[in-house]
Amino acid sequence: MILNASGCLDALAAPDVARELDAFVTKTVTPLPREGNAPVRIAETEAGMLNSIGLANPGIDRFLADVLPRLEALAVPIWVSVGGFSADDYALCCSLLDGRDEVAAVEVNVSCPNVAAADEAAHEIVRAARAATGKPLYAKLSPSLADIAAVALAAAEAGADGLSLVNTLRGLALDGRTLRPALATATGGLSGPALRSVALAAVYTCYAATALPVVGMGGVESGRHALELVAAGASGVALGTILFADPAAPGRIRAELSAEAARHGFASPLAARGCAHDPVVKVENARPEARRLSTLKV
Amino acid sequence: MGPYRLLRLERGPVEPGIPGQFFMLRAPGRLLPRPMSLCLAPKGELWFLLDVIGAGTRALADAQPREKVGVLGPLGTGFRLDVPRPLLVGGGIGIAPFPYLSERLGRPPALLGFRSLLHAEAAALVPDAEVVVEPALVTEALPSGRDVLACGPEPMLAAVRALAPDAQLAWEAPMACGYGACYGCAVEIEGRLRRLCVDGPVLGGRVRGLAPAVAGRDLAA
Repeated sequence: MILNASGCLDALAAPDVARELDAFVTKTVTPLPREGNAPVRIAETEAGMLNSIGLANPGIDRFLADVLPRLEALAVPIWVSVGGFSADDYALCCSLLDGRDEVAAVEVNVSCPNVAAADEAAHEIVRAARAATGKPLYAKLSPSLADIAAVALAAAEAGADGLSLVNTLRGLALDGRTLRPALATATGGLSGPALRSVALAAVYTCYAATALPVVGMGGVESGRHALELVAAGASGVALGTILFADPAAPGRIRAELSAEAARHGFASPLAARGCAHDPVVKVENARPEARRLSTLKV
Repeated sequence: MGPYRLLRLERGPVEPGIPGQFFMLRAPGRLLPRPMSLCLAPKGELWFLLDVIGAGTRALADAQPREKVGVLGPLGTGFRLDVPRPLLVGGGIGIAPFPYLSERLGRPPALLGFRSLLHAEAAALVPDAEVVVEPALVTEALPSGRDVLACGPEPMLAAVRALAPDAQLAWEAPMACGYGACYGCAVEIEGRLRRLCVDGPVLGGRVRGLAPAVAGRDLAA
């Protein structure tokens, strides 16, 4: 299953890209409209990029009235990412989405590094969201958590059906000439290749700790990267920063993922799920005569 | 071209679009593509004028002959061309879209400003250009009664708009994607933050450009 990471694709601006996905994840929607943070909002770094968009969105009412019907016309399953500044905010959005058949799943964004966090802990927000909707509920966690497995377990106990791993890491870039922050908000969320091994570790750890489905994301640029997330435990893979440089990435990575899985002897990419946790299987020597030779005493 | 560099790509099947529209160019070895307006579209080619100011423009300027460069475009809103008395007003690297614009408008007069005589050598790309060099400014030489189409640094565009409120202005912002996905290029338009890549980069024109094509191509340098 290949998705986009929330906030990395506007399906209405690029419907052909969205149609290449198994599900489209919306930009995070909050109860009230948000203009987002002041520019400058993005900067390239040595091994990634920083963004500080600040959850720009039309608010849940306009989203439901104007955006969702147009998204439905794309005929791609829609996951709605919800955010807020209190557990009540999340619950409100979830309850309004609950009655909408167009919505396949809800992703609870409890990890945006560019806005103030809610007072409640992640599992309390998930519990409030769970009470408000019967839709499949994915908790999107930050890679900055001291013990991400413990938070994942708490989210599972609070009723999460799955995990989205991971959001961006907080980072800072300085302008080369002025030595002042490149972004208007100073810090931003770091994504891209720099996040890849961080995401892999989070997926690996949370898969071992919970039985939940996991959508892995962070620096995926190729089928090899996607297969590694699946091997660590992901059942879906989301594309983020790569979409900015390569709108054809969903189809390309899907084909590469199948080829890469086959190269490793798996019948399908999903057959590789979690294999990174299995003990290494000793490879049988395919050439019996070579085996015999190796036992000769000299 | 003075301190600027001209990147010439084989066009392949890519349409040049409307002057003022832009392309995202994948700088070899860099994570993010760079937005560049089309400078000229001679037969079979696409030309881009580069001001080498960072790692991305350096990587593009260093592209070797036959090296493949990924392009996405044409993107965004171009200049409205149905103007009776056009005048092109540009500053610095902002003259980049003018050779193509001039060609499409039938070589109208142009007024170009540069920070030095060396930079002003790039004016040779634009037909019928009057050139001013700092400390002189284009706004000091701006005639009235013309349909202004302008591109340049923000202070110049703001000054032009003050003198010619109906001018079509091509703005600039950092962009990660160029097709509405990243929300990185937000600028304030009529009191609201909007994405320059889909609502611009040319603002003030009444007509939208072509719908963005989001199928990328690799073109040879």
